[in-house]
Amino acid sequence: MEHETLEQRLHEQGISRRSFLKFCAAMATMMALPPGSASAIAATLAKVKRPSVIWLSFQECTGCTESLTRSHSPTLESMIFDMVSLDYHHTLQAASGHAAEQARDDAMKEFHGKYLLLVDGSIPIKDGGVYSTIAGRTNLDMLLEAAEGAAAIVAVGSCAAFGGLPNAQPNPTGAVAVSDLIKDKPIINISGCPPIPAVITGVLAHYLTFGALPALDALGRPKAFYGETIHDRCYRRPMYEQGKFARTFDDEGARNGWCLYELGCKGPTTHNACATTKWNGGTSFPIESGHGCIGCSEPKFWDAGSFYAPLPAPTADIASVAKTAAVVGAAAAVIAGAVDRGKKTQLQQSLVKLTVEDLKGD
Amino acid sequence: MSLDDISIKVAADLNSIGSVDALLNEIATRLERFIASGETAMIDLKSLPFSPSEYEALRTALGRGEVSARLETIGDSELYETHYAGVWWVTHYNVEGDVIADLIEIAAVPAILHSQPEDVQDGLERLQRTLSQEK
Repeated sequence: MEHETLEQRLHEQGISRRSFLKFCAAMATMMALPPGSASAIAATLAKVKRPSVIWLSFQECTGCTESLTRSHSPTLESMIFDMVSLDYHHTLQAASGHAAEQARDDAMKEFHGKYLLLVDGSIPIKDGGVYSTIAGRTNLDMLLEAAEGAAAIVAVGSCAAFGGLPNAQPNPTGAVAVSDLIKDKPIINISGCPPIPAVITGVLAHYLTFGALPALDALGRPKAFYGETIHDRCYRRPMYEQGKFARTFDDEGARNGWCLYELGCKGPTTHNACATTKWNGGTSFPIESGHGCIGCSEPKFWDAGSFYAPLPAPTADIASVAKTAAVVGAAAAVIAGAVDRGKKTQLQQSLVKLTVEDLKGD
Repeated sequence: MSLDDISIKVAADLNSIGSVDALLNEIATRLERFIASGETAMIDLKSLPFSPSEYEALRTALGRGEVSARLETIGDSELYETHYAGVWWVTHYNVEGDVIADLIEIAAVPAILHSQPEDVQDGLERLQRTLSQEK
């Protein structure tokens, strides 16, 4: 039995095409696609069969699920009930006990080779994996079984992506990342502690729209969200260029919103979308609230020294960066990056109708 | 107690990185193309690292024009033509009132205001059903 298409689902619920276009405009924004691509996304997404999603939570704090349930765009409800068929998530599902485990088994059988497997939490492998079990089975056993029939695996959060907090020294449970155990499936890492909720939903939307995982960086993270550092996209970056640094959390510099580099900000070495996507419905991000970045989306962030010790050396020659990225030049580049995306933009400019095939280009 | 009671001031002029000027130039270029070829454009404001004061400066620079519209679908959407005809500010909200997309659109009318063919077809079918029931 296959799930119905999103279009059928929306039509049954009396949701207009215009509403759906609005939803796709929000997703284009989220996926860092050209804003004009909403109609192309809508055309494809409407025809997609809703995939089965199995979500396994291992050695984790449930912060990633908390983050997703605060996802403001699109709403969790529309995400879960309209875009995917969430067949197993032991925190969110109504079923419990044997019925819950049965639901997972059924979905794995019925959609073998087709379901998306989402994993949050690391997997302890020391002493046969006994340090974390569900229904009497080790996380290790459960992951290997579920991964076998998955079309792709999404490792949600720094624990699943890199081992995270459980993996921090001295790592008493032998915690490892999903990619340490599974080698024969496409794996996408959505790191962060927790990841930005819109990034979780954005990656799922991308998978549904393009039928493939988005372009990934060397650490398996989607480039659309992790392609640039916090520092590069920080509105306080000009302060860094000008050498204006806060030296304590209550000095004149801190009050004036100067750069937090000397207070241990890990922005220059951290790849994530916080500076533009922001948190809590787009309210702000840590630096905007006066605290440096702690680098939670990078591997081993917990073991990388004090959150309040400055990075060992400037990441670039400050004088030369300031010279090449003269004020207007830097801003113009930023804007060009947002609206000019090679072929996609050319297509839009030549008034050719943009299709999802064109967006797949890179 | 309001935010104003907290003795932290944001030095507005220090935070400017010239984004507003650059964006206004971009809009001017897009308007030229729109006039020449009818090519519409969208600029995603959420992808740009504005400081709060710069964002307000952009709003002031673009001003408000003659037309505004509101969508009431999966949350509200606010659309208005700026002081410059053909330059629209489009903000989509979700049901909780969070901004989910914030766009500058260069067009005669923002695309989302057009009735969608699927909806028109659906509307016709509903109307026909109503008419056939009344007989």
